[in-house]
Amino acid sequence: MAAKSIISRPVYGTLSPQPGKHHLFIADAEGALAISEMAAKAPAGFFDDAEIVFIPGPDGKHIAALESLGPAQFHQAPSFASLLPRLKQTLSNAHMGLRLYLSGTEGLIGQAMQVALEAGIDHTSMQTEHRGSLARRMQCVHCKGITENVTTQPATCSHCGLLLLVRDHYSRRLAAFQGVCINAEDRSEIPPMEEAFP
Amino acid sequence: MGITFRKETFRDDFTFRNSPEHIRRFPFPFHEDSYMYAVNIEPHVVGPKGSVLENLIDVDEHYVAEMQDRALVLAEDPLRCQSLPHMTLAGWDLLELLMEQQALGYPEHFTLTRDGDRWRWINRPLGIDDTFTFGDTSTLPYGPMEYITRQSQGDFCILDQRDGNLWMDAGMVTTQADWSLDFDIGMNFFEWHAPVPLAHEKGIFTRALKFLTNIQQGKPARRLNWTMTINPRLDTSPENYHKWGPDRATVTPENVGDKVHLRVELQSFWRLPRSNGIVFPIRCYLIKMDELVTQPKWARRLHRVIRDLPEELATYKGLTRYRSTLVEWLSKLDDGSPTSPGFGPD
Repeated sequence: MAAKSIISRPVYGTLSPQPGKHHLFIADAEGALAISEMAAKAPAGFFDDAEIVFIPGPDGKHIAALESLGPAQFHQAPSFASLLPRLKQTLSNAHMGLRLYLSGTEGLIGQAMQVALEAGIDHTSMQTEHRGSLARRMQCVHCKGITENVTTQPATCSHCGLLLLVRDHYSRRLAAFQGVCINAEDRSEIPPMEEAFP
Repeated sequence: MGITFRKETFRDDFTFRNSPEHIRRFPFPFHEDSYMYAVNIEPHVVGPKGSVLENLIDVDEHYVAEMQDRALVLAEDPLRCQSLPHMTLAGWDLLELLMEQQALGYPEHFTLTRDGDRWRWINRPLGIDDTFTFGDTSTLPYGPMEYITRQSQGDFCILDQRDGNLWMDAGMVTTQADWSLDFDIGMNFFEWHAPVPLAHEKGIFTRALKFLTNIQQGKPARRLNWTMTINPRLDTSPENYHKWGPDRATVTPENVGDKVHLRVELQSFWRLPRSNGIVFPIRCYLIKMDELVTQPKWARRLHRVIRDLPEELATYKGLTRYRSTLVEWLSKLDDGSPTSPGFGPD
């Protein structure tokens, strides 16, 4: 679980079945386990109106378990980027009564939420559950580039190369934590890089 | 008689200075010899002649130079001015407010004439004379918020009010004290203040939000905030922190008086009539230590405030690297005698 920190830092819950006409699940890797555990508490026939979109981790696990829930639609994607066009269409065609469930890494939850926000869905209406890696998406405040899967503190911007302090300050609009140059005042100070978001 | 606008810079050779009259009118932010956060909000009403509150929207001798600096910042980084799609009406509200207030306070410099929706705006210091249709964005060279805030001192945040909260949904932010509009746009009141230490625990933001969401049209409010800046640099954005951050390591006992500046924000809060948004102008005033200590009361008080500032606040305000040098320098101007109550100089 992610540690509690400042107010802009997202807080995740535990997926639970919501009243609604349609249910869209978006998950990656161990996020599948959150769906399976929720399914045990769901009423019969719950997945008849559900779509599960899943990005497996490198080990390719959990696919059969999700299919066995019998969702109306099951889609497997190799990456979030590859999923994006489909997701945008699903959300722009969605009607009232669609419920959204996001589970897995923070990067997945954040990016899926970003697309849903752009489609006009209120973030407080989405169910979220964090599972798996604590790796962060980080926006460099200086060059504006996004670095994916940041696990260290500080971290190097993959675009401009500055050494950045990864803050807890988080933007849902950007789906990213803020990275600010850690040694701006004296570039010769190079703090040790530690594994902070495994 | 109008204002004599100074030719000066806020970057490179840093020729910014305050005239003796502007030193006396500086909005010194400490009414006592110590500082801690408080919900220090009061009605924004007109104050004494010759003070920064003489007009509710203050225009001063730095106006032209500040607008030139803003244009330079925007040319480098257009993301400093952003407005989410639902905020255009609030932009028109702001244009009206700033044109009215500037024309009211400084008729020799600004003139607004209205014939229905046909408006004519004359800004003599910047050499602008535009006629446009109020509400029709195609008749202005920029969106309404950008157009008028390229002609108004201070940063401007426009907050949308919904769900009992305020949302940072538009802004012109080129003179900020280390926060990023591009990152914070779209956040609610608690989220964009999230990095501020101590104040959440004290309930400051809960009370401030309650106050702000109840602001009524025609009854603006204000508060002062402060930090310190090395060199008279307006653009102390996080975007450029890697460029201005090294300045903080250049403070020596010999150059404190010239390099270290007190930076005061006069923040005001206004309800906007059509959009029901709140505009939040953040007007920045800079004064170098050499200028500030020409008022002995301010020198004594600033010494005590900086010396006794809680460590978290000093860190948050970025003073750590030069605080001891500054306190040592100010201590020589503090004979320990009492200071009179209130903000003003003796």
